[in-house]
Amino acid sequence: MKRELPLFVTAAVGLFMILSFFVPHQVVSVPADFLQQSAVIVVAFGIVLGGANLLRLNLQSVVKRQAGWPYRLVLIAGLLATVLIGLIEGRDFQAAGTRSTWIYDEVYSPMSSAMFALLAFFIASAAFRAFRIRTVEAGLLALAAFLVMLGRVPLGNALTAALPEGLRLGPIAEWILRVPQNAANRAILIGAALGVMATGLRVILGIERSYLSGEE
Amino acid sequence: MRLFEGLARLDRRWIFAVTGLLVLIPLLWPLNLPLSSSPPVRAYHAAIAAVPDGSHVLVSCDFDPAAKPELEPMARSTLRQLLAKRCKVVVVVLYQGGARLVGQIVREVAAERHAVYGTDIVDLGYKAGNEAVMVLMGQSLPNTFPRDQDGLDVRTLPIMRGVRNYSSFPLLVSLSTGYPGTKEYVQQVQGRFHIPIVAGVTAVTAPTMYPYLQTGQLRGLLGGMAGAAEYERLLDERGPASRGMDAQSLAHVFVALCIVLGNLAQWGRRRGDGA
Amino acid sequence: MSLHPSQDLSVWLAAALTLCIFSFLYKDNPFYRFAENLFVGVSAGYYLVLNFWTVLVANLWDPLVTSLDGRHGSPLAARLGDYRAFLVLPALLGVLLFSRFVPRLNWLARWPLAVIIGVYAGLKTTGFAQGDFVAQVQGSIQPLWTGNWGTSLSACIFTVGLLVTLLFFYFSREHKGALGVASKAGMYFLMISFGAGYGYTVMSRISLLIGRFQFLLHDWLGLR
Repeated sequence: MKRELPLFVTAAVGLFMILSFFVPHQVVSVPADFLQQSAVIVVAFGIVLGGANLLRLNLQSVVKRQAGWPYRLVLIAGLLATVLIGLIEGRDFQAAGTRSTWIYDEVYSPMSSAMFALLAFFIASAAFRAFRIRTVEAGLLALAAFLVMLGRVPLGNALTAALPEGLRLGPIAEWILRVPQNAANRAILIGAALGVMATGLRVILGIERSYLSGEE
Repeated sequence: MRLFEGLARLDRRWIFAVTGLLVLIPLLWPLNLPLSSSPPVRAYHAAIAAVPDGSHVLVSCDFDPAAKPELEPMARSTLRQLLAKRCKVVVVVLYQGGARLVGQIVREVAAERHAVYGTDIVDLGYKAGNEAVMVLMGQSLPNTFPRDQDGLDVRTLPIMRGVRNYSSFPLLVSLSTGYPGTKEYVQQVQGRFHIPIVAGVTAVTAPTMYPYLQTGQLRGLLGGMAGAAEYERLLDERGPASRGMDAQSLAHVFVALCIVLGNLAQWGRRRGDGA
Repeated sequence: MSLHPSQDLSVWLAAALTLCIFSFLYKDNPFYRFAENLFVGVSAGYYLVLNFWTVLVANLWDPLVTSLDGRHGSPLAARLGDYRAFLVLPALLGVLLFSRFVPRLNWLARWPLAVIIGVYAGLKTTGFAQGDFVAQVQGSIQPLWTGNWGTSLSACIFTVGLLVTLLFFYFSREHKGALGVASKAGMYFLMISFGAGYGYTVMSRISLLIGRFQFLLHDWLGLR
C-alpha cells in the first residue's frame, strides 16, 4: 500500500489534468486549478527541503572534518546569513535598500554572472583542442558554425557588405537557421514531443515508477 | 611543420589570455562596426508596435544574473518601447533568482520614462511552480499573484483594474533563459489561451525557437546579445548590447581561428608522428 | 581615457568576488574555492527566502488565515482561485516532504511527490502534444511552390530535411539501402543544426564575458 496508493494518486491527478485540458467546465476546471495551486505550494516546500538538505550535508561534512571543510563553513555561513536576514526583513525583503537586496546585488549577482562568464574562456580553449574536422559530418558542422558565428555579428556583415545580398554572411546565417537548421530542429522537436507524451502516459499509468524509489 | 607541432603543446592559458584581450580591447576602444537587423528581430519590433496604444501587455521576465548581459538589454528596450506606446505593462517572473534583477530593471525604466508604478507598470514578482503557474494565470492573474514584488495587494493597484487572465492582454512578451521559459509558454499558453507571443531568449536557446517562429507560435524573436543589439538599433538606442557587438565580433573570429589552428596543430602532430 | 574608480565599497566587493572566480583561469586556488562555496550558500539561501515569502506566505499562509478568521464566510466555501481551508491539504503534503529526514517515515514523502508528478505529467503530456507535436506537424504542411524560385527551393530543402531527419530517428529497421541513404542525409542536416547551435552557444558565452568586463571596466574602474 505504501507504493500502490501514491501510484493511484499520480494516475488520478494526471488523468484529471489531461481531462481539464479538454473540458473547460468549472466542475473540472476548479479542482484542476486547485491541484495546480497545490503543486505550486508543494514545489515551494520542496525548495525549502532542498535548502535544509544542503545545510544538513554540509554540517555533517564540517563535523566529520572532511576534505575542504573550511570552505563548507563559508557555504553554511552564506546560507544562514541570507536566510536569517531575509526572514527578519519580512515580506518586502526585496524592497530597495534592504540587506537582502544588497546580498543579491553585490554577492549573488556578480558571482552568478562571473561563473557563467568563465565558460567563454573554456569554449575558446575547447575549440582549439577538441574541435576536429576529419569527416564530412564534422566538416558540415564546422562550416555551419563558421557561417553562423561570423554572420550573426557586425564584423561578418561589414566584411561582405560589398557582395550581393544573397552572398552576404548575415542573410546566409539567417537562411541556415531558417531552413536546414530549422528542419532538423523540428524533427528533434517532434521526436521529443512523442517521447515526452509516451513518458507522461507511462508515469500516469504507473508503468514508469522510478520516482517512487526508496525504502518500502 | 614545427610551428604546428608547437601549437599542439600550447598552454591553454595563452588562449584564455587572447580571448580576454579580444573582448577587453574593443570595449575600451570601440570599432563602431555598423549594425543591421535580421527578420526575426524586425518581426519582434513590429509585433510590439502593432499592439494598440494604451493596452495591457504581459511581460514574463524569466532570467537571472547569469543571463543578464543578453536579456537585460532586451528587457529594458522592450519596456521602453511599450511605455512609449502608453501600454500598461504587467511584469511577472517565473525563473528563480531573477526577481530582484527584474524588479530593479522595472523601477529604473519606469523612473526614466516617468511611468507611475502601480498605474502604468507593475512588477508582480516571482512565483515558483513553472508550467502550473502559467496555466493558473490563464484562470486568474490576481489569484496567482495576490501580492506584487513589494508585498502590495495587487487588487488595490489601478493597473490591475479589469485584468483577469490572458484574455486581458493582446500580447505576451516572454524573455527567458531556460526552464521555465518561452518553450513552456508556447506549449501551455499559446495553444490553450490563444495569446500571441513574442520572445527574447539567450543565444544558446535561440536556434531551438526557429520551429516556433515558422509556425507563427512565436511572432518575433530576439536571439542573444546580437538580437538585443539589433533591437536597440531599431529603437535608435545605443545600449550595452550594441556596445558589446565589437567585442563579440572579434571573439567570434578568434574562436573560428582556434578551430582552424587546432586542426592544423593536430595535422602537424600527425605528420610529425608519421615521420 | 581616464580612470575613475568607484567610491562604493559594495562595488569593490562585487569586483573582488568576480576576480576570485576568474582566478580559476590560472589554476584552482583558495580564492576560487571560497567564492564558489559562498555562491552556493548565498544562492540556496536566497531561493529559500524567496519561496518562503512569495509562495508559502503569499499563496498559502495569507489566504488560509483569511479564510479561517470567520469574517469572509465559511472556510469551506471554496470557488475558483479561492480555496480557503482546503489549502490545508497542500500544506500537509508539503510538510510530508520533510519525512525524508526520518528514515522510518520517508515513504510518506511519496504522497506529495505523487501529486507533483501527476500534475506535471498531465500538463507536460498535453503541452507537448498540442504545442509541439500537433502545431509542428501542422506547420510542416506547406506549399513547395511559392511562386518564387528562391523561396520554393528553401521550402523543398526544408521539407526534405525534415523527412530525412525524422527517418534518421527511425530505429525499427536497420539503416540500409534507401533508408540508409535517407538517414545519412538526415545526419548531415543534424550536423548543420548542431553547427548553428554551436555558433550560437559561442555567442552566448562571449556575451556573458562582455557583461562582466563591462562591469569591471565601467562600474568598478570607471574608465571613460
